[in-house]
Amino acid sequence: MNGRSNPVRSLITHGLLWLAAFMIFFPLYSIVLSAFKGKAEFAHSNIFEWPHSFLQWDNFEYVLHNGKLFHAFGNTIAITLMSLVGNLFVSTMAAYILGRFRFRGKITILGAFTAVSFIPSITTQVATFTIIQKLGLFNTLFAPVLLYIGTDIIQLYVYLQFIRTVPEELDESAMLEGASLFGIYRAIILPLLAPAIATMVIIKSINIYNDMYIPYLYMPSKELGVVSTSLMRFVADRTTEWQYMSAAVLLIMAPVIVGFLAAQRYVFAGIVAGAVK
Amino acid sequence: MRHFSYKTQKQVMIVLFLLLPVTLLAAFGIYPAVQLVRLSFTSWNGYLPGKPWVGLDNYREVFQSPELFRIFGHNAVYLLWGIVQNAVGLAFAILLNARLRGRNLYRVILFLPFILNGTAVAFMFKYMYHSQVGSLNALLSTIGFGHVAVSWLGNPDLVNHALGFAGFWRNMGFNMVIYLAALQSIPSDILEAARIDGANRQQAFVRVTLPGIVKIVELNLFLTVIGALEAFELPFLLTGGGPLGASETFVTKTMSTAFKFSDFGLASAMSVILLLLVAAVLVMQRLLMRRWSH
Repeated sequence: MNGRSNPVRSLITHGLLWLAAFMIFFPLYSIVLSAFKGKAEFAHSNIFEWPHSFLQWDNFEYVLHNGKLFHAFGNTIAITLMSLVGNLFVSTMAAYILGRFRFRGKITILGAFTAVSFIPSITTQVATFTIIQKLGLFNTLFAPVLLYIGTDIIQLYVYLQFIRTVPEELDESAMLEGASLFGIYRAIILPLLAPAIATMVIIKSINIYNDMYIPYLYMPSKELGVVSTSLMRFVADRTTEWQYMSAAVLLIMAPVIVGFLAAQRYVFAGIVAGAVK
Repeated sequence: MRHFSYKTQKQVMIVLFLLLPVTLLAAFGIYPAVQLVRLSFTSWNGYLPGKPWVGLDNYREVFQSPELFRIFGHNAVYLLWGIVQNAVGLAFAILLNARLRGRNLYRVILFLPFILNGTAVAFMFKYMYHSQVGSLNALLSTIGFGHVAVSWLGNPDLVNHALGFAGFWRNMGFNMVIYLAALQSIPSDILEAARIDGANRQQAFVRVTLPGIVKIVELNLFLTVIGALEAFELPFLLTGGGPLGASETFVTKTMSTAFKFSDFGLASAMSVILLLLVAAVLVMQRLLMRRWSH
């Protein structure tokens, strides 16, 4: 804030930040150590002792095959991709209509999206469950996909703000050249929304990747495990084999950490946009 | 499509483009909520075709059960940790809002836990909290506090705090990032003007910064209260509500009432009560916000 730098203040600031960083890394550090230890090594070494080698990948290979994590990553990616594509069209189509046209019922629709966002989604699963069953989607990959495709008020809000910044004269001049309204959506609105779409895609991917309850409830079949539910099942079967569990936990965390570091800017933008609705 | 007039096109587009989003909203947002209210007046068990009407019986059962009020005490522990989380998040946001070496790196590190897979985080804490092999007790004995080492998830008095702390660990960065964005949106010339007018650092903070972020503080606290009311994932994954129901929360109880004991009527009544609580918190927040803006 001001130019003077106070050495004591700076020391305290950095001290507190280091303490926080220690608190964050401590549990992660512990699982990194045990993920690289063999069964006997884990049993006989001190927790904070380093493993003999960080090149020992046996635990990771074990959980990828025996813990079906390999399979789980496949299911997770399939669900995420299908949901993202569906959600992209559902949300931008709704935002285009709500942002560009005046019609009866518009306020009602926006109000309904807002009201629904306050309903705790976990408890309404009792009723959602019966719909999924009636549609014959129980125990298929399409159950979570269908539940993830829908748009919500946060996405709409972010897209509407973007659409507002696109001058309507752009639409009008396209109309003079004979473009259809669908053409305007495809050639003007969608491309201009690209940065907002990137942000929303990243936030949505993180949410889907981290979700546990919807896959747990709608896909009890072992073949349909996603990363969260496969980890649950693996841990339930082997409560004491911590070195395997640590390896599985690390494997599941790693892709998101890498993705986050690569796309920080979008993640922060999405988190902030989502909260200040 | 371009052969039609724009008026016709507009009508077609509105119907076509809203069909899917609104159908999904109706099917998975509105219908389940309405259905929940309807089921809460029945004794439906989840598979029988009949849904016998029982009036307010389910609500009576909820309000007459002393256990459920004890469970709200468990949720209160999450609220406590949530408030700590807000205070710490705001404090770090203020620290990171100043000119500081490595500012972005700190922001990335402090935010990192929030994007990690919740299930993986839960099991990581299960390992850390383990009484024999866990790294927390090992750390305590390393620094000479071996005597306070306990079974963190096995002790009924500690288990909710252990779970609440795991929530704090994961979510603090979220609050921090929101607060930081709010702080950065305060124009620096207003702060400078206050300083030129003779305000010291504390005065400038209380008079300029605090009023500028009060809405965001409120929003974060609102999310915290809702989060505490809806606490579910950590006890569901780590303790299953144990030991002896000591870490049961309102939502874990609701979900086991529905999916374990097949009492969908009672579970729906509990869900409706939760919904009303969330609505009450929301109304309170709106009233507060109106008072602030005057």
